[in-house]
Amino acid sequence: MVECTLNLDTVFGSLADATRRDILKRVSKEGLSISALAQPYDMSFAAIAKHIRALETAKLITKHRKGKQQIVNAVPETVEAALDHLETYEEMWRSRFESLDELLKT
Amino acid sequence: MNMPKITKDVANKTITVERSFAAPRSRVWAAWTKSELLEKWWAPKPWQAITKSFDFSEGGHWHYYMLGPDGTKSWAWVGYETIDAESSFTAQDLFCDEEGKKSENMPSMHWQNEFQDQGETTNVVVTITFASDADMEKIIAMGFEGGFSMGLSNLDEVLATA
Repeated sequence: MVECTLNLDTVFGSLADATRRDILKRVSKEGLSISALAQPYDMSFAAIAKHIRALETAKLITKHRKGKQQIVNAVPETVEAALDHLETYEEMWRSRFESLDELLKT
Repeated sequence: MNMPKITKDVANKTITVERSFAAPRSRVWAAWTKSELLEKWWAPKPWQAITKSFDFSEGGHWHYYMLGPDGTKSWAWVGYETIDAESSFTAQDLFCDEEGKKSENMPSMHWQNEFQDQGETTNVVVTITFASDADMEKIIAMGFEGGFSMGLSNLDEVLATA
């Protein structure tokens, strides 16, 4: 399981950048080569490679070799774990309002 | 169960939590503005909210901690800004220490709380604005900028409450 090695600080740190979120969004639909990924951005290949490395460190994406190309894929388990974290914040408000409801009934 | 309606707006760094309560507005207002009542509902179970000092007035504050089941204390500070009695108030929500000194590395938030009189029920709208993009992104970087279609088992659920 991913949870054992998942560092949420790294995950959120990695996501605090619009280009990286965009890259993740694109590879979540289909696996893409690094050159295909780099294409729409007005950025050096090295800069894109750096973003990909950050996402890889956070375990949000993985790379595998296919012939001469490296294909990048999303790791849904990591994204799911991050969403669980956000759920906690919403859950706090739900729980809080349930308690307020109880108090107002008395 | 009466679930709150939660709306997220990443562009404006806000989360809105809205819910109706089966009590007249004066009672709901009291529950939000008297520390002895806040202590009864504010902390999500099984945590407890315990007040160190409280003064509900413009420029006043609520300094309290949440006590966890394992004895963990999490100190927080609510600084009241504007108050329109029984109708709305605004405040800063910060993490702090026992002396009330703000924790720099923790996210800070601003609230605008509205209490809408609907006769026998009261609608409460809490608009939480994060102090910075980083604060917001720390908490909700994921999933709500649209277009995130990852086929995740709980994404539908998350979006259903959004």
